[in-house]
Amino acid sequence: MLGYILRRLVGALLVMLAVATLVFFMIRLVPGDPIAAMLADAGSEEAREAMIRRLGLDQPVIVQFFYWFGNMLKGDLGSSIYGSNQPVMTILLTALPKTLSLALVSFVIAVAIAIPAGIIAATRKNSAADVGVSLFAFLGLSMPDFWLAIILIIVFAANLQWLPAIGYVPLSEGFWPWMSHLILPGIAIGTGFSAIIARMIRSSMLEVMQADYMRTAASKGLTQRVILMRHAFPNALIPVITVIGIAFALLISGAVVVENVFSIKGLGRVLIQGIQNRDYPVVQGAVLLISAFFVLTNLAVDLLYAVIDPRIRYSS
Amino acid sequence: MSDMISDNPPSVDEPQIKRKNRFRAVFGSDRKAQFGLIILGIFLLGALLAPVLAPYDPNEMTLNMMSAPSGENPLGTDDLGRDLFSRILWGTQISLFVGVATVALALFFGVLLGVLAGYYGGWIDMIIMRYIDLQWAFPNFIIAVYLVAVFGTGLLNVIVAIALAFLDDFARIARSMVLTLKQEQFIDAARVQGYSDLRIMFRHILPNAMAPIIVQATVSVSYAILGEASLSFLGLGVSADTPTWGLILSDGRSFISRAWWLGVFPGLAIMLVVLSINFIGDALRDALDVREVDV
Repeated sequence: MLGYILRRLVGALLVMLAVATLVFFMIRLVPGDPIAAMLADAGSEEAREAMIRRLGLDQPVIVQFFYWFGNMLKGDLGSSIYGSNQPVMTILLTALPKTLSLALVSFVIAVAIAIPAGIIAATRKNSAADVGVSLFAFLGLSMPDFWLAIILIIVFAANLQWLPAIGYVPLSEGFWPWMSHLILPGIAIGTGFSAIIARMIRSSMLEVMQADYMRTAASKGLTQRVILMRHAFPNALIPVITVIGIAFALLISGAVVVENVFSIKGLGRVLIQGIQNRDYPVVQGAVLLISAFFVLTNLAVDLLYAVIDPRIRYSS
Repeated sequence: MSDMISDNPPSVDEPQIKRKNRFRAVFGSDRKAQFGLIILGIFLLGALLAPVLAPYDPNEMTLNMMSAPSGENPLGTDDLGRDLFSRILWGTQISLFVGVATVALALFFGVLLGVLAGYYGGWIDMIIMRYIDLQWAFPNFIIAVYLVAVFGTGLLNVIVAIALAFLDDFARIARSMVLTLKQEQFIDAARVQGYSDLRIMFRHILPNAMAPIIVQATVSVSYAILGEASLSFLGLGVSADTPTWGLILSDGRSFISRAWWLGVFPGLAIMLVVLSINFIGDALRDALDVREVDV
């Protein structure tokens, strides 16, 4: 087990280093040179030269790379070229709790919808409830998250005025103020996510319910409820966990777009504002952090999977 | 993986006939797929006939601002007095074009890479797969956002960015299909006959690997349309003066508390088209007997 974990950790680390390399060189090597465009925005000749020196752009690209890479390993991602020139790390660390909060709330909402929906659909296959869940899943997958966000704002913020339409309040200022700002964006992101999980739970439950041990459980005279919740559901969850890892990409992408609708200054908002301001140090940093987040989640899912299902660790 | 191709015997003609029948059977009885085909057909027609059907120039500003849906403006007007129906109709062209062009590009290059990797194995496979693994480290949408950030906005850049983001899905599927099919006897037979690698790859293996690729392509069109809409919504799309569904929504979002139609209709168009494609994709999956592919 330890060997497996180590192997996966080293693998993830190598992928992250490769990602960092790719992110660095793409900006410098593409035609049209975004760096040139960024410098053109600097204004006066002096400002331009100061920026060239500060960013080390007078050095050969390969020297710049090792300099940047070395700093990155020390946790220094450079400074924003915009506004008050804050260190990129500070900007990202301020944004991260907001995105994590949003991801957490979206995840909880998605799972809270998906588990009952998936179980009901599987146990009453082809009933009206099953068809309803299937239609919900199709709608959830087909609705753009930013549109759902706008509809939620129209209904629950502008008209009913139940929940705030924009902004973010940290958890330290109380649970409800924090939560109330995350419910609408959480639903906007979580709905598509829940559609995927619900479908997966349904098909996985249907498969598990065919297993021999289900017949054994039934012949022991256990109630339907115990059979479903103690025997079928935990086993059905195993394949679902992998899908959750894959679908996590949707959650992150959703956060990037939806944060912009609700003016939550998380990683997504930082990334898009960075692009609009041609603030490439910030853009690079945000992309790196998002991909690290994604790689680590998938790693965690794989490891969890190996813990639950020992067959995984021994193959390959 | 092996059950994906359970019915791929060596001769090509016979299963194709069987498939056609199954195809008809599935589409004939699947109400969701029929709904999908009809809705998609309507949008396709709307896109083709937009110049004729649109009652107004989509960019023409008038003094009739933010008026609710009426006989004159079936879906209302926006803050600059532009007719929402005409704008959405023209937007259909861009959305459908981006969806199809993106997937065509991703399919061509992705399948090419996947077939090469699977067929030759060795260092070719290693290099291609390392690249694919690297792409796997980013969510697709983040790849598209980053590429647009680097290359700049515009129709071609948006198409290339989304296509590149989807490339790995096709490469993965094509590779795994080739790895399985390579073991089949009919491939040995083709080798013995002295056919070239190219001929074996593209005339013998690929046709038998098409089912999961077609299903993936259908699903990808819907993701590409959503992707383009999201990019446009974020201001990273085609251009600020081309009406696309994402941009129309983005323009309208400051006014939604006073003009609900600006928030509702463009999104409804996106959802209907994506839903139709997903319905069709689901029926295709049943008709072609492909197991659920990764999302």
